[in-house]
Amino acid sequence: MQWTDDAILLSARKHGETSVIVQALTQCHGRHGGLVRGGVGRGSRGVLQPGNEIQGTWKARLPDHLGSYTIELKRARAAHLLNDAARLAALSAACSVAEAALPEREIHVAAYDGFLVLLEALETSDHWAEVYISWELGLLRELGFGLDLSACAQTGETEGLAFVSPRTGRAVTAAAGAPYKERLLALPGFLAGQTSEETAPQDLIDGLALTGFFVERHVLAPHNIKIPPARTRFVERFTQ
Amino acid sequence: MTPTAIDRLIQLLAKLPGLGPRSARRVALHLIKRKESLLGPLAEAMAEAATAVHPCSECGNLDAVDPCSICRDIQRDQTLLCVVEDVADLWALERAMIFKGRYHVIGGTLSALEGVGPEDLNIEDLVRRAADQSVREVILAMNATVDGQTTAHYVTDRLADCEVSISRLAHGVPVGGELDYLDEGTLGAALRSRTKISGD
Repeated sequence: MQWTDDAILLSARKHGETSVIVQALTQCHGRHGGLVRGGVGRGSRGVLQPGNEIQGTWKARLPDHLGSYTIELKRARAAHLLNDAARLAALSAACSVAEAALPEREIHVAAYDGFLVLLEALETSDHWAEVYISWELGLLRELGFGLDLSACAQTGETEGLAFVSPRTGRAVTAAAGAPYKERLLALPGFLAGQTSEETAPQDLIDGLALTGFFVERHVLAPHNIKIPPARTRFVERFTQ
Repeated sequence: MTPTAIDRLIQLLAKLPGLGPRSARRVALHLIKRKESLLGPLAEAMAEAATAVHPCSECGNLDAVDPCSICRDIQRDQTLLCVVEDVADLWALERAMIFKGRYHVIGGTLSALEGVGPEDLNIEDLVRRAADQSVREVILAMNATVDGQTTAHYVTDRLADCEVSISRLAHGVPVGGELDYLDEGTLGAALRSRTKISGD
């Protein structure tokens, strides 16, 4: 069987002396692995970088085989981010989280589309960190663990939301959450619908802590997977 | 030589990079046919290398003496320190005969896939060496890959407290490269790192 699809390369692991096993987030076939013969070669190394947009043709005798990819570069995203430490860390974190979180060969078009938006933001936007956090929220929603940040779980109010319950994943207002604030997760203003020119660094740290908590608890922990080290290093860039 | 010894030789040769079972058999036969001129000296050289060659305690290079001949060379510029991923990269720079400073091999790159973290790399020794008063510049000669540059940024952060200037190798068009055949990432990097030839 054979198909051709647009994809975002998530990882490339050397296999033998000349080949590489890649994981790609495809538009219509979900996260899909495959062998790239000659992937270690000089011509392919630049193409097989995490975050690059590619077009892959996957071939295998049976659908459940690993199969092999023929890959063509569509857009070299990674090369544009190599000089920016924070954006490169975000790219590595996003690729690692997507690889760890998304089940293999399960179609998630929204996850693919969201990743494209994130890649565009990493390359062009000053608000890429907010987009990264929104992307992780979108990933949670796509996998069935979406947070309800629209109204307070206790009072139903839509204004003054400041916390998220770690148990239910629902927002709580500052007043309603005050007695339990030690146990609640902080909800950054930009996720609660507040708009401002520049997001405070603490809001970004809170946002990453919020999504990281739910990604780990709902998506990774059930499979005995820990938060990828690339994401931990990305968060450390904000906290240090 | 008994068939078992030949089999063992073939099995071991097949583990070398670039050799499969068939080519290992060919190499083994070639060696056995030239026992006096090749197999004996090769066995001696390998035995000697196995006992004598060690990583340099200073820079991580491989040499028969410790510190290695590069670290011992007083003609070398003590103010320059070039950080490379692997000994192969150090040897590549030495082959080019363009760098006259000293090296530091960190032994790989940060890689989530391979489970390589900062504690697995020789970064603590680099920080100690960079803090030395004689070092003025640290050159990060990492590969232009996501993992290579992630490691370079991490090393840059770790060296923030050292009073050294930090630079990295340029990315762009290789010698003999034709623009038509280059990928857009390389072209973009080359354009961003362009240098002025004349004019204000």
